[in-house]
Amino acid sequence: MDPLLTMQGVEKRFGAVTALAGIDLSIGRGEVHALVGENGAGKSTLMKVLSGAHAPDAGAMTFDGAAYAPRGPADALARGIAMVYQELNLAPDLTVAQNLLLGRETSRLGWLQSAPDRARVDRVLAVLDHPDVVADRRVADLGPGARQLVEIGRALVGDAKLVVLDEPTSSLSAAESETLYEVIRRLESRGVAIVYISHFLEEVKRIASRFTVLRDGRTVATGDVATTTIEQIVEAMVGRSLDETYPTRASIEPGEVILELDALRSDPLPRSASLSLRRGEVLGIAGLVGAGRTELLRAVFGLAKVRDGSVSVAGVQDRGRGVRARIAQGLGLVAEDRKVEGLALDRSIAENLTLSNAAPFVRFGWLDPKARDASTRRWVEELGIKSRAPDQAAGELSGGNQQKIAIARLLHQDADVLLLDEPTRGIDVGSKVEVYRLIGELRAKGKAVLVVSSYLPELLGVCDRIAVMHRGRLGEARPVDAWTEVELLDEATRGAA
Amino acid sequence: MKARLRASLDVAGPLIGLVVVVVLFAALAPDRFVSAYNLKTVATQTVIVGLGAIGMTYVMISGGIDLSVGSVIALVSVVTALLLREGYGEGVALLGGLATGALVGAVNGLVVTRLSIVPFIVTLGTMGVARGVAKYLANEQTVRADAGWLGALMTKTPDPAWLLLAKGVWITLILAAVMTLVLRRTVLGVHTFAVGSNEATARLCGVPVERVKLIVYVLAGLFAGIAGVMQYGRLTVGDPTTAMGLELDVIAAVVIGGGSLSGGRGSITGALLGAFFMSVLANGCTLTGVPTYVQEILVGTIIVAAVGLDRLRRR
Repeated sequence: MDPLLTMQGVEKRFGAVTALAGIDLSIGRGEVHALVGENGAGKSTLMKVLSGAHAPDAGAMTFDGAAYAPRGPADALARGIAMVYQELNLAPDLTVAQNLLLGRETSRLGWLQSAPDRARVDRVLAVLDHPDVVADRRVADLGPGARQLVEIGRALVGDAKLVVLDEPTSSLSAAESETLYEVIRRLESRGVAIVYISHFLEEVKRIASRFTVLRDGRTVATGDVATTTIEQIVEAMVGRSLDETYPTRASIEPGEVILELDALRSDPLPRSASLSLRRGEVLGIAGLVGAGRTELLRAVFGLAKVRDGSVSVAGVQDRGRGVRARIAQGLGLVAEDRKVEGLALDRSIAENLTLSNAAPFVRFGWLDPKARDASTRRWVEELGIKSRAPDQAAGELSGGNQQKIAIARLLHQDADVLLLDEPTRGIDVGSKVEVYRLIGELRAKGKAVLVVSSYLPELLGVCDRIAVMHRGRLGEARPVDAWTEVELLDEATRGAA
Repeated sequence: MKARLRASLDVAGPLIGLVVVVVLFAALAPDRFVSAYNLKTVATQTVIVGLGAIGMTYVMISGGIDLSVGSVIALVSVVTALLLREGYGEGVALLGGLATGALVGAVNGLVVTRLSIVPFIVTLGTMGVARGVAKYLANEQTVRADAGWLGALMTKTPDPAWLLLAKGVWITLILAAVMTLVLRRTVLGVHTFAVGSNEATARLCGVPVERVKLIVYVLAGLFAGIAGVMQYGRLTVGDPTTAMGLELDVIAAVVIGGGSLSGGRGSITGALLGAFFMSVLANGCTLTGVPTYVQEILVGTIIVAAVGLDRLRRR
């Protein structure tokens, strides 16, 4: 039988960045096909091409026996391709039935026709077959697992032939995942094809029949799950690492312990994290998206409540403190998302850079803008931030330069412990190298750096030690020489052995 | 340089609008509109809304809103009149009025920060409560009392005559200058902008977000209090039904002056120009015999047009 979906040599570029460099993909009817690859391998871009959100720059696609070139997401949906994204797109105040039908209600002269709609809903609910997923229940009252099913149900109402599930179990409990697997089996038996994107390779092994591995925007392997081992898949995912310039790490004797975490727990993540960080040391935290790494940094910094366990800064133990207290203790955080949290984009560079430490410019309660600008200029020069003047709005700068402002803020506040959450996400390679160099300099100055990153080569390049977080639990930190990329990925996907 | 240019552009909008209406009315009614006496009248009429707009600018820059301004002005006018009637001096009556305004502001701020209820709802509530309390205290009547020197604050022809404009006008201008400096040149000012521009960033940087919000609402209450005392001085009675819906004029002034309902932007100079602009428009319409309903249509259109133009410029 001919395949349901084929892709040949699909390419996609964004400016100078090549996101997809040649994708070949073939998905059979009623097949559960796992799509795997490291963060940044091109999975999400590929899905956006498939769903019609991006048009490919090159390559050919066919779907259901005809050429496929969707004009937009609505067009893709009409052809029978439905997406279920990680962040759910449901209206919480509407009922299950209303959500299932949203935008596709049967109506006559604007009046809803309840009888045919009821039948459509019942048909879908029968496939989902879950005690909580009831037509008149409000979605807000459902748990994450049941919501996930409603989302899948939306695809079924539209008679989708291909359903794409993006990391469906990353926020589900084990029991909820089992329910999801059952529903997937039922769909498979009804001839619906499923593209299953997942980092959990055990899961892939259990439910998928075929797999495709992406790396650096290319298809690097494809085959039957039954005849392939997890180790072989991991090797295909990692491949050979890109050549990148990391600072040479001069061997320096780490100083005294400055940050210590003991079984730190926050709600809902992390479940338990213990570590100890010394001056002059860079400690990396690897793990999958959603494993609780960001939440760990936020709990340490006082942005989230510490539920259990303790934090010790320079030997002073506590059960959680506020942000101001943490800053006073010498901690600083560079947030994961610059636009949402890292910077006030419509305020000036000077304001952003000095927001956490304006004290040096205040005399008798009045701010001295000249002194502030002078200090800002010094940091701008030192970090090579390309900008016109200190009063330029931060939002006008490139991503790399914005990130440097966020880091410069910690330098200006002279933080001793720097918590960096994905410090190189979304910035160009040149800026990345500069961030690496900066981390190296901080280490040499005796600062302590805790860096969270999803890009493993980067962690292996800049860290002294690395620990892996898996589903909310932080593993043991080991010296960087004791890790390989394969081992890191293995622990991130399967947990500590 | 760019930011400074943009800041001056923020003020340029209402300034240009002001010039246009002044030229227009000067052409339509040269003798009546362009007179020293009329200027004094318009300036005095701007005082109440202008004072309210100073506090409102802070609140709106922080990303909030205060709907209780009109009711607070009425309540303060009643409290001030009652204190005078009870035989207290003008100083005590003044302080009592200001304290009342600040108190309502503190309640607004505390409920917004402690119970995390959106400011629109909180101040909608205090708007009703303050108005009701004012009526209760005044026994649903105007409160008559000898205004003493408080009554002289809003006299169009001031004593001494070399002041030219009412004392209330000068007080408003001086307070506006001080509060502009506080906004631009103190940590509180920087923090107010930061909270309204991106609250998450402010928290990340250790800005005491709750404290900033509380202070901002207390300031708004305090300035509504000052406006209330001025209102009493103008009417020389405490009137629990005065300044009905005035908060909307105040918000309009801030918005015409470049303020944004989503926070992070606004200037006191712009807000005062906005308030003055609306007074000139009202005054000119009255002098040229344009009916009130045309005036209302005009003001409504101008508010939307001002924001619309601002949007276009920022693209």
